[in-house]
Amino acid sequence: MMKRMSLIVLSVAALTACGEKAQTLGTKNDATAHSGAENAFVASGWTAGDKNSWEQHLRARAQYGQNDNTRAP
Amino acid sequence: MARMKFICDAERCIECNGCVTACKNEHEVPWGVNRRRVVTLNDGVPGEKSISVACMHCSDAPCMAVCPVNCFYKTDEGVVLHDKDICIGCGYCSYACPFGAPQFPSQGTFGVRGKMDKCTFCAGGPETNGSQAEFEKYGRNRLAEGKLPACAEMCSTKALLAGDGDVVADIFRSRVVKRNKGAEVWGWGTAYGSKQAGQAPAKVEGVKK
Repeated sequence: MMKRMSLIVLSVAALTACGEKAQTLGTKNDATAHSGAENAFVASGWTAGDKNSWEQHLRARAQYGQNDNTRAP
Repeated sequence: MARMKFICDAERCIECNGCVTACKNEHEVPWGVNRRRVVTLNDGVPGEKSISVACMHCSDAPCMAVCPVNCFYKTDEGVVLHDKDICIGCGYCSYACPFGAPQFPSQGTFGVRGKMDKCTFCAGGPETNGSQAEFEKYGRNRLAEGKLPACAEMCSTKALLAGDGDVVADIFRSRVVKRNKGAEVWGWGTAYGSKQAGQAPAKVEGVKK
């Protein structure tokens, strides 16, 4: 009985090594920012996947949100 | 093409640390890791100046050059990101970075140095945009949500500007002009004292012309 238990424990320990993720050199391909995010926090006013629309949206956001000289009387 | 950049207007920064707090809150950055911090020169002396510093997403990033496992990559918008699955936490990037941007969590056993963490310009990492996996490793991906970095959007005095380099430069230029200043307010010559456009020639005492 003891022998069987220890064999099971050893097998489980040995198998956990097989579950480790492979380590490969080099960077992964990252999705572009203009392709949009998979969550509910995406700002409205631009189309996901349309780079031009994303760029224009961010430009407008930067100008409106950060350039207070254009808003001050 | 948009090329994302930060700039901090030292004339406006009031050392409130709102940017630091916004960053830590937005990305749930662990204790001891500061992706952004405010540095004050001549603290306590009248005329002190503060600037908010984080990764500047260099065009020719030294961290990328020295990384032995090539974990860094640059997005189409010029944002320097890294892959934590590849990073070995060696710290070379920390020595190479002139801004002290790379941070290392030290919550592991025996104070072991963890994988490097740094400002992502709120652009996440290699995982799926906006996914939970990306958030847990790198924080929120605001760029993919059509937003600018939280630090800049939260800045109360709009000292910290972020966005497309052209837009940011235009905003800063308009402020400089409003202050009746010109090319002398920044650049190599101003920082290191050499002559440059807009500056009067340096007077050297004891030299007759």
